[in-house]
Amino acid sequence: MIVNFSDVVIVYDNFPALAGASFEIASGEIVLLQGPNGAGKTTLLRACAGLLPIARGTATVLGCDLSVERSAVRTKVGLLGHANGLFQDLTVAENMSFWSRLIGASDRDVETAMQIMGLSDRLSAIRVANLSAGQRRRCALATLIVRRAQLWLLDEPHAGLDSQGRDELDKTLRSAREAGATVVFASHEIDRAQNLATRFLNVVGGVVTAS
Amino acid sequence: MKNISGTKVAKGKVVSAVLLKDLRIELRSRVVTNQVLPFAGLVMVMFAFALDNDDVLERVAAGLIWLATLFSLFMIVQRSFAIDTADGALDSLRVAGIDLAAVFFGKAIALALKLIALEVVLICGAVLLYRVDLSANGLVLLVTCVLCATSGLAFVGTLYGGLTAGAKGRETLLPLLLLPVVAPVLIAATRATEAAFGSGGAQTSEGWAWIGLLTVFAAVFGVGGSLAFGSLIDE
Repeated sequence: MIVNFSDVVIVYDNFPALAGASFEIASGEIVLLQGPNGAGKTTLLRACAGLLPIARGTATVLGCDLSVERSAVRTKVGLLGHANGLFQDLTVAENMSFWSRLIGASDRDVETAMQIMGLSDRLSAIRVANLSAGQRRRCALATLIVRRAQLWLLDEPHAGLDSQGRDELDKTLRSAREAGATVVFASHEIDRAQNLATRFLNVVGGVVTAS
Repeated sequence: MKNISGTKVAKGKVVSAVLLKDLRIELRSRVVTNQVLPFAGLVMVMFAFALDNDDVLERVAAGLIWLATLFSLFMIVQRSFAIDTADGALDSLRVAGIDLAAVFFGKAIALALKLIALEVVLICGAVLLYRVDLSANGLVLLVTCVLCATSGLAFVGTLYGGLTAGAKGRETLLPLLLLPVVAPVLIAATRATEAAFGSGGAQTSEGWAWIGLLTVFAAVFGVGGSLAFGSLIDE
């Protein structure tokens, strides 16, 4: 199993944001997290990324025990939240180059990622601040491809994208799955997300149930 | 750190990537040259108007240079972290498991280079505006003072910039936290610069003891900052 949570509790200011979550995610799945705002979807994604301490229970992600190896898991997963994690004053190519240097990726890896995300030569020379929301999202996803993340954790990936951008994103996530990545995402675009997902998890009041 | 493919990425590569990124953004946006530098220049000129006495100005020139540098430090630190937090890039670095001690050094070196550029202009301004004299020995002391004081300011500025990066009201919180901490740098750098200028009859040799204090300050915050930065960003 790529992700294995057993009775996991995560507490914010004495409030259990995750209250005994138990679920498994297998390699190659695209899992949709469904639930209302404040249900714990973002907490679940951040916990999988090794960003939150676990108050109770056991959790393993990509073979790392989150109780003791939270920093180790971070190099294996790619988390894309509401922000894109890009530098606005740098061009697309410069942002990609920055990430490739940080993780020791090759120029070839960068070119491949940019091709997959449709970031053409013309787009690559444009500052991120001057891109549309959809183009920025594609650039952010390209950084996950460069990082060769084995587990993609996406929080509202369709937000801010036009219809074409959403189609491209879905295509990219399916491609990532075919390339061996596992995808977990939260979305309020229910119809589109349900077509994309291979399985659903309901998150309500910090409790996770299979659907 | 090890990357996803399992190969080790040298700390130096992360330092240089962060350093080049910060400098490239500055060269493109020109915030230091178009906003901070004129602000620091105005501080110097306004002090000259307020004091309006050549003898007094010559005596307090060293203090004014470092006060203007400190005020500018707040602006540069805030700008340095604003570019990292605007679209969650600092969070992405944290999430990606990048060596945050290397990020600390990259950002501190970029900050130091910007501060040095600023200080050179301020010192030239003081020589012209306040008519201070500078001997050859004084110049050596002054250069050493600039390097040591700037290192300390860059390390402590980066550490506190990281601490307040995600905080509410960080614009006012940063000066409030940083001013008391950098007081020793202000005092030591001012005394060393006074000795370099020979202000009030001070000898150049008197300045070297203050360089020792500046070096200790820089070493403490360099080592402490690299150890604490990751934890501060993580919280």
